[in-house]
Amino acid sequence: MSRARGIEKPMAFWIIQTLNGLSFSMMLFLVAAGFTLIFGLMKIINIAHGSFYLLSAYIGLTVLRATDNFLLATIASSIAVVLVGIAMQSLFLRRFYMKELQQVLLTFGFVLIIADVCLWIWGGNPMALPKPSLLRGSIWIGNVVFPSYRLFVIFVGVVIAVGLWIFQEKTKFGAIVRAGVDDEEMLRGSGINIQVVFVGVFGLGALLAGIGGMIGGPFVGVFPGVDVSMLLLALVVVIIGGVGSLRGAFVGSLFVGLVDNFGKALFPELSLFTLFAPMAIVLAIRPTGIFGKIEE
Amino acid sequence: MKALEVQALSKNFGGLRAIRDISLEIEEGERRAIIGPNGAGKTTFFHLISGFLFPSSGHLSVFGTEVTHLQAHQRAALGMARTFQVTNLFQKLTLFENILLGVQAMKWARFCFYRRVTAFRDIVYETERLLKEWNLWEKKDTPLKNLSYGEQRQIEVIMALATKPRLLLLDEPTAGLSPAETILVTSIIKGLSREITTLLIEHDMDVAFDIAEKITVLHFGSILAEGSPDQIKGNPKVTEIYLG
Amino acid sequence: MPFLFAVLILLLPFLFSNYYVGLATQIFIMAIFAMSLDILVGHTGLPSMGHAAYYGVAGYATGFLCLAGIKNFWLVVVLGMGLGGLAAAFFGLLALRARGPYFMLITLALSQVLWGIAFKWRSLTKGDDGLPGIGRPIIGWGIDLKPDLYFYYFTFAIFLIVVVALFIFLNSPFGCTLRGIRESESRMRALGYPVWFYKYVAFIFAGIFAGISGVLWVYYSGFVNPSYFAVDLSVKALLMLILGGSGSLFGPLIGAGIIVLLENLVSGFTERWSLVLGIVYVTVIMLFSEGIFSVFRRGRN
Repeated sequence: MSRARGIEKPMAFWIIQTLNGLSFSMMLFLVAAGFTLIFGLMKIINIAHGSFYLLSAYIGLTVLRATDNFLLATIASSIAVVLVGIAMQSLFLRRFYMKELQQVLLTFGFVLIIADVCLWIWGGNPMALPKPSLLRGSIWIGNVVFPSYRLFVIFVGVVIAVGLWIFQEKTKFGAIVRAGVDDEEMLRGSGINIQVVFVGVFGLGALLAGIGGMIGGPFVGVFPGVDVSMLLLALVVVIIGGVGSLRGAFVGSLFVGLVDNFGKALFPELSLFTLFAPMAIVLAIRPTGIFGKIEE
Repeated sequence: MKALEVQALSKNFGGLRAIRDISLEIEEGERRAIIGPNGAGKTTFFHLISGFLFPSSGHLSVFGTEVTHLQAHQRAALGMARTFQVTNLFQKLTLFENILLGVQAMKWARFCFYRRVTAFRDIVYETERLLKEWNLWEKKDTPLKNLSYGEQRQIEVIMALATKPRLLLLDEPTAGLSPAETILVTSIIKGLSREITTLLIEHDMDVAFDIAEKITVLHFGSILAEGSPDQIKGNPKVTEIYLG
Repeated sequence: MPFLFAVLILLLPFLFSNYYVGLATQIFIMAIFAMSLDILVGHTGLPSMGHAAYYGVAGYATGFLCLAGIKNFWLVVVLGMGLGGLAAAFFGLLALRARGPYFMLITLALSQVLWGIAFKWRSLTKGDDGLPGIGRPIIGWGIDLKPDLYFYYFTFAIFLIVVVALFIFLNSPFGCTLRGIRESESRMRALGYPVWFYKYVAFIFAGIFAGISGVLWVYYSGFVNPSYFAVDLSVKALLMLILGGSGSLFGPLIGAGIIVLLENLVSGFTERWSLVLGIVYVTVIMLFSEGIFSVFRRGRN
């Protein structure tokens, strides 16, 4: 039980908040996973990562309004975002291999471009994606009501997490990515076409962030500025969880999602402090993050 | 007092035992060469002595002071200086600025942030003196990257000498040099005062035998043989590892 | 040549309208900010991505102090600089354990978190609305900087002082050491320099100078809000260094001039100025990543 404004919080409050936190975490995981892979493999700080979320949610919204088909909207927005991501990497970022500063500045340019195009087309009013009609209800478990959609988000997040794990551990491409994150020089010397790997990972990152945008659209919403907010959370996740580690992104997202959610519910003004402190502590004790690799 | 004392030094990288239980002593003023085939661990050994790597076990002392857990810059303060096998100078700075950084390294003035460096006449004069002594004065304003490879190898040595070291570690000083340049660098090293203890890694055995009074041969991370140049030349185990 | 430049600056208000005087003021403040960043980027080789953090800390400090009624301008400046330095002292401890891209990531994250705190902590910072209504200071000797003209000359004077201070700092033994670190950290360690210490002190100095620009901008614009911490500002400063040439004394000024003029020109032109600027930045980086003026400066080296 806790007290806020003299009102005791019932058990149901905590359960709902945990559920909300977990669903937020799963959506955040989608965004952070791509970000951490892109940084871990290519050392690119993709400031435009939140822009993938933004663009995907807006495009999805439009398709959704036209077709009322959530799946179709997700496919359409994913394709769009992946194309943008692939273009970004292969046409622009690729030219500055190993020049991280220029790459970051380029991604910033894209943030401005994408954000303004979205503002131009969709305007500045905050919007929320309508939930898929199947998932608009709630489920009763015991005497607590769970919104179906939130459960769906958690389900999707876990499924994708497992899928990514299988990809990373069991497939050849995944092994290449893992090796590259660990030791890029080794990858370069191995004869594998490194540019293909880079484009693939960048596209994958964009895809994940795009799906995150669709999934998060109904409860986080989409509005100018959500790109920066998502980026900030992804940064905190990756620093706490460790760079280049999917496990770290998962654990970090759980932590950040829950803390952020409870923070917003209990002390809305100081919620960022509750994220800042753990981040600072992790940086002080283990600078590479909980699951990051240690550099000599 | 020994210039360098190494006791049971080992270094492991994961499963790889790069340095296995090495012990040796170098007297003050001595000239010692470390030789051995590729992969014997010579440069790793240097990194351990100079503080760029920390040992997995064992102890190191420099002029009587235990340095095993000291950082590289702390060891330099005890009088240690080193050169690098791959030229490691300040490419975008001028030759003058390069040497100046070496001269200023061991002085308190290096922390001063409110006066221009040109106001420190002793540092400037010493830099000028070094450049003139080594016949490099005309090139003082040349960016280092515009100097030839041979000149840069030479400046590697001069840079190390600028800090007035008592123990000088030279990592393959003649690597990649022409025969004429090799003779030049060799005579520089031989001409060094006996106040500087010199420890040298060399791949070129003629240079090693020419400069050093005592040779230590490394093989797979341990000491295979130690002795005077004649003893080493005549040692069948040594010739075997180079030819076999 | 610099003399001509100084004369132009002094005569500017009589040649151009008040609008351009304001722009010039902005350029000088941004130049100070960019120069502070260049200590790290151009001279020490530390690609700091969250430099707006110290600018913002000083800015909010100024805002709070002014709204609390503190009238002593120089006290505010010293506190602003001090807090900028303090924030850098704290962040430096966290960020300097990392190198290269990871260092960039941490510095970015730290400044972004400050942005988030400024945004969310409405009871303290009024969030997105910010703290408006900060008046121009009276700097002593009865000089009120309310007229834009006076503020302009004052800012130019501060700019000159900062230039001189940085000139001495960057050409001191300490400054030379920083450039050595930029070129080869391992060589510096082998020579006996305590490299981490130098980086840390440089970080703090950069924070202090960034603080000056933060204080100035609050007095110039009259308000402070979370945008002071925005990633936009940190990245723009880097762009200024790339465009104007990093590692040089006046490069940051040139870069600041280009960016400020460009932004104002474009935003006067079209509502889609953000899009245009994004395209311009991408184009410039693709074409001129070595810095437009490095080609000209190579002759003078």
